[in-house]
Amino acid sequence: MSGAAPVVTGVGVVAPTGLGVEEHWAATLRGTRRIDTISRFDASSYPVSLAGEVQAFTAAGNVPGRLIPQTDHWTHMALVATDMALSDAGVDPADLPEYEMGVVTASSSGGVEFGQREIQELWSKGARYVGAYQSIAWFYAATTGQISIRHGMRGPCGVVVAEQAGALESLAQARRVLEDGARLVVSGGTDAPFSPYGLTCQIANGRLSSRRDPQRAYLPFDTDANGYVAGEGGAILIVEDAEKARERGAEKVYGVIAGHAATFDPAPGSERPPALRRAIENALADAGLAPGDVDVVFADAAGVPELDQAESEAIAAVFGDRAVPVTAPKTMTGRLYAGGPALDIVTALLAIRDSIIPATVGVSDPVPGYAIDLVVHEPRVTEVRTAMVLARGYGGFNAALVLRAP
Amino acid sequence: MKDFDLDDLRKVMLISAGVDEGIDIEGDILDTSFTDMGFDSLAVLELVSRIERDWGVAVPDEVASDLKTPGEVLDYVNRRAGVN
Repeated sequence: MSGAAPVVTGVGVVAPTGLGVEEHWAATLRGTRRIDTISRFDASSYPVSLAGEVQAFTAAGNVPGRLIPQTDHWTHMALVATDMALSDAGVDPADLPEYEMGVVTASSSGGVEFGQREIQELWSKGARYVGAYQSIAWFYAATTGQISIRHGMRGPCGVVVAEQAGALESLAQARRVLEDGARLVVSGGTDAPFSPYGLTCQIANGRLSSRRDPQRAYLPFDTDANGYVAGEGGAILIVEDAEKARERGAEKVYGVIAGHAATFDPAPGSERPPALRRAIENALADAGLAPGDVDVVFADAAGVPELDQAESEAIAAVFGDRAVPVTAPKTMTGRLYAGGPALDIVTALLAIRDSIIPATVGVSDPVPGYAIDLVVHEPRVTEVRTAMVLARGYGGFNAALVLRAP
Repeated sequence: MKDFDLDDLRKVMLISAGVDEGIDIEGDILDTSFTDMGFDSLAVLELVSRIERDWGVAVPDEVASDLKTPGEVLDYVNRRAGVN
């Protein structure tokens, strides 16, 4: 590696807020909430019935025909987002050395819809009706593998499974791979957790909102917080060695990956505090920055009162009371699991590009005791040079990523 | 039983492996290798398992890996169907 921090040179978005980065950004600045009743299957009898779905997406015509029956909806979305990101970066993989390009994505649900279909065939008709592609479609690395095959990227590949923290970890792993000599990594992630089985697995964590009113279901940091709404989709990012990106004549640099840290919470019942604060501090140290250098924090925004409280305490402890703007545009899409922080990274890079912090929507009554400066109702116009993205994954994962202006 | 013909096979190919925008399976594909039509070994496995399921002709895995073209699949399936 050249020694300089890696750069993001292209992004692709397939999210409830839109297809493509500019559609996503326009909807996000408008504050468009894309949470609605689940349409992918009839969820009316389930205790959870709302989701942030990617309404406009179709695989036919956008995903290579051969790959449609071989892969899950989650992989379809990632393949399309990868095409967008490569095009945005001006990269034709055929022009670059195949062993210097890697793929590191994040996944949380794997191919649950595909897997459920095949399991239903198994129990209703028998083993002969389970398709051969089940063997490759369901598992977490399927998306990484299909991107690698499709684009001839034969360098270091992998998948990170850390629920909502996964996409930040995928960028961290991309950075390690670049340090080891790769020139370009396809990173980020998507998730597609909406089949009856997929939803049921999520409901078991006890953190989803059971409300049926999209306006009142996901209100992080609000006195009326009552859980979160899940969403699907995400974002794919092209991360490159800064020097090699310059050499190939990359036209766009969205930002620099300046720092990262991951921590793990102590076991339930422990006297020790949650480890999010340490992730924030370590990420700042990794970036060589002081708290005052950060212009905005994209919150994890769990929507569960005790988790919101813990997050606001961690932010206030490091940055000071109400000392840094905090936002959660995921209030528009729901929590996209592995796709969520990837989308937050894209949004943060656009905030840097356009000097504007998108708002947290729907929150009308922030808990007065949370000492954070939550950006609500309207976007805030202000110079953004440095952004921090936070993510917590169910089971104790914490991650923080620092992005800087190019 | 009616012979398993090339059109039947085309339908199974389409269901099992989807459409490849670059390959026309409507042409004369009897002697075109599955590899050239973008079918990897897993796609051929899926193909023969659907034939087994829908046409009642079992194709053992070790045979499936030797079937390189649509013509060979038709020969095998119709020969086995005759035996059955």
